[in-house]
Amino acid sequence: MARPLKISLTRRYRFAASHRLYSPKFSDEENRRLYGKCSNPHGHGHNYVVEVTIAGPVDPSTGMIANLGDLDPFVGREVVEAFDYKYLNEEVAEFRGNLVPTTENVACEIFRRLRKFPNAQVERVRIEETSKNSFEVADEAVGNGAGPR
Amino acid sequence: MIRVTRKMEFSAAHFYHNPNFSAEENRRVFGKCNNPQGHGHNYVLEVTVAGEPDPETGMVLDLKELKDILEEEVMERMDHRHLNYEVPELAGQIPTCENIAAVIWRLLEPRITKGRLDRVRLYESPDLFADCTAEKAPDGDRPGDGELASQEARRRAWRDR
Repeated sequence: MARPLKISLTRRYRFAASHRLYSPKFSDEENRRLYGKCSNPHGHGHNYVVEVTIAGPVDPSTGMIANLGDLDPFVGREVVEAFDYKYLNEEVAEFRGNLVPTTENVACEIFRRLRKFPNAQVERVRIEETSKNSFEVADEAVGNGAGPR
Repeated sequence: MIRVTRKMEFSAAHFYHNPNFSAEENRRVFGKCNNPQGHGHNYVLEVTVAGEPDPETGMVLDLKELKDILEEEVMERMDHRHLNYEVPELAGQIPTCENIAAVIWRLLEPRITKGRLDRVRLYESPDLFADCTAEKAPDGDRPGDGELASQEARRRAWRDR
């Protein structure tokens, strides 16, 4: 018996940005202890890769969950243009206050922005901070306080 | 439960065109993918089978058998073919990554007798892939018509949300 199918589509995007892990809630000494070299006052940077997964029914007239002609400019505007070649701590408004731009928080912020995509459900965002570290936020994680607002 | 994944590559040509759209609409919706001369990709297919290892062999399934199934069902049908003209299972469908992945799922699912087909992932390029898995339906597994009905219901629910 054929099982009903679930289809998703994942697209990878890239941006390069600098950040510094530093929380004003802690002393300089505590920040150094907690974040190590990531707390270097001058910041450092990464080539981030963002994987965006959309899910939902495939429109039979186009064969698509959503048109990449709509998704690409949306992600371009909401994420790539906003984050690429920026200092995240200063140039992305959400990280100017107490929110530390760890890649967990960056992933949640990107997910929060991309969930407004009007043409399909953004089900998952996964970020590679380096080829060795990746962070993933998915729909079910929303609403637990730690996830996107 | 263990998941076993086998990878395979094939190369094929396609283009996107809906005969119900005007020429202008086809160009607007499908962009450069609408070029009637077609274009091609090196597709990378990852097929995952889930199950318990057989205590005698230590294997969920023999990967050689899976490789042979992939050769027969996918390579012979799609490798170095034009997906719009030469793959009957795609007739009447736009050969997008989403639709090709679903066709591959339907070809493979009845062939997997040890373990259960868990996921078909099809890369059109390193930066774009579709995943096809079995939907967890609240009222259990349903055959063809039910699947279309539930797809249509979900599409309506999404549009009317």
